[in-house]
Amino acid sequence: MRAIAHAKGGHLGGPLSAIELLTALYFSVMNVRPEEPMWPDRDRFILSKGHSSIGLYAVMALRGYFPVEELMTFDAIDSRLQGHPDMLKLDGLDMSTGSLGLGFSAAVGVALGAKHLNRGFTTWVMVGDGECNEGCVWEGAHVASRYNLDNLVAVIDHNKLQQFGWRGTTLVDRMGPYEDSELAARWSAFGWQVVEVDGHDLPAVLQVLGNLPLGQGKPIAVIAHTVKGKGVSFMEGDFTWHSRVPTAAELSNALVELGEGATR
Amino acid sequence: MTPLPMGMSLREAFGVALVEIGEREPRLVVLDGDLGSSTRADIFEAAHPERFYQMGIAEQNLVGAAAGMATLGLIPYVSTFACFAVARALDSIRVLVAQTNLNVKIAGGYAGLLAGMTGKTHLMFNDIAVMRSLAGVAVVSPADAFETRRALEVITDHVGPVYIRLSRPETPIIFGDSYEFVLGKAVVIRDGTDVTLISTGTQTARALEASELLAERGIKVLLLHVPTIKPLDEDAIVAAAARTGHVITVEDHSVIGGLGGAVAESLSTRHPTRVDRLGIQDIYGESGPDDALLEKYGLSTERVASAVHELVTAREGRPH
Repeated sequence: MRAIAHAKGGHLGGPLSAIELLTALYFSVMNVRPEEPMWPDRDRFILSKGHSSIGLYAVMALRGYFPVEELMTFDAIDSRLQGHPDMLKLDGLDMSTGSLGLGFSAAVGVALGAKHLNRGFTTWVMVGDGECNEGCVWEGAHVASRYNLDNLVAVIDHNKLQQFGWRGTTLVDRMGPYEDSELAARWSAFGWQVVEVDGHDLPAVLQVLGNLPLGQGKPIAVIAHTVKGKGVSFMEGDFTWHSRVPTAAELSNALVELGEGATR
Repeated sequence: MTPLPMGMSLREAFGVALVEIGEREPRLVVLDGDLGSSTRADIFEAAHPERFYQMGIAEQNLVGAAAGMATLGLIPYVSTFACFAVARALDSIRVLVAQTNLNVKIAGGYAGLLAGMTGKTHLMFNDIAVMRSLAGVAVVSPADAFETRRALEVITDHVGPVYIRLSRPETPIIFGDSYEFVLGKAVVIRDGTDVTLISTGTQTARALEASELLAERGIKVLLLHVPTIKPLDEDAIVAAAARTGHVITVEDHSVIGGLGGAVAESLSTRHPTRVDRLGIQDIYGESGPDDALLEKYGLSTERVASAVHELVTAREGRPH
């Protein structure tokens, strides 16, 4: 959040909905070596909802991929921490993303290639619920099921909002991309094994992600029910925080709410 | 003028060459967008079924999945029609293949005018212009079956994204066994002093026949074939321009941004020379037999010869 305020740009709503999921993946679930980010047998992770990059960078920094201080270079000229992830800039990123839907299809290719080469790692891809509007996601979902890619896990950050969304009863009451049960039905209809979890209940997330039915013939969709802007009362569920930059006062209040203190 | 002998189509050469290259290169895989029986990727599937992946009628994912496979060291060939690869899947190519510099080869079949009986949706005249504007992507357009096979060998071993332009009909033979394709190198097919004709792809056969017709009419054409539009062999183009003082480009592609655009861009800086561009004018195509299309859109041997003749005659008395 400090990095976004410092850069005067970026996204906060999406990263905050995904942060427990990213934390669980990088600190517990995925088989990775931060000190050897290009380790050939690592699990692959693709942030297909690439605009949540700051969330990924924060977790990677805390996990030891690069110094935490470097987060303040986010979005700055010559930084490795591009506004949307660039695999040529930062080791440990398994695909460049930012154009929604494309990272998912790349993940399908990684998983298919892993099968082809008899490689044992798991490919993880995080997809936004709004991103599921993209036809490309369903092109890939069909192919993944067709080739029984049971080494592929799509973690769907179902935060019920997208950048602007669909008009509700008023202009500011924006509706999310899908009804609550709709996403599970869609992924299931495309031949995926569907698991649901509260994406902010860290023990539950660890339990679910650590015990997925991998290797059982079907790709897996984890539908994580989340809240956009989670953790900051005035951001939660407000679509305007998709890509709004906090003022100094808002930053200070947000950090207090997050138990971080206003100084530092 | 004796017509050139007819040879194998580029699409068939593509299928045959991939089978051969696949024998020595185990990393080569082919991803098909449900057009294998047209693009002749089916020849590869028959020989190496375990390395052929049907990806369905879904081109964005076709390209995206190829990028993912390339991250593991595989060498994926994406095979579909040029119109679908370049236009429909452009964002996948730009973001996942070009910007990442991944080792994906995109084979655009049925490119240009010679996909007769399809109409404007399928006739793709913009692919060279679009693909050469993507940083880091090599753009290759071979002239005949032999050059197609040699080019595929070279681009398979070249590390980085490549677009190769292929076409459907049987194509006249230009090159023999001694020909070596070098990525980024143009080749003088015929020497002359009156005018330089620069062509690419299967249009080179008609440019060569037109050059012979023009010789009979007293015009000595220097014919430069440019199978790699990017990186462009600027030295060869400058040398050819300097020798004749007048350049005419001809291509089975839009006159905007393709070979003619690339040549004009280069010469305007390196050796300012008059450049006239023959090709598909700023219009869309239509259905019809290939010969009728070539005639109507100005790319038949006779129409190219006439156009060059007029341009050369018209310039007399003008400085060049």
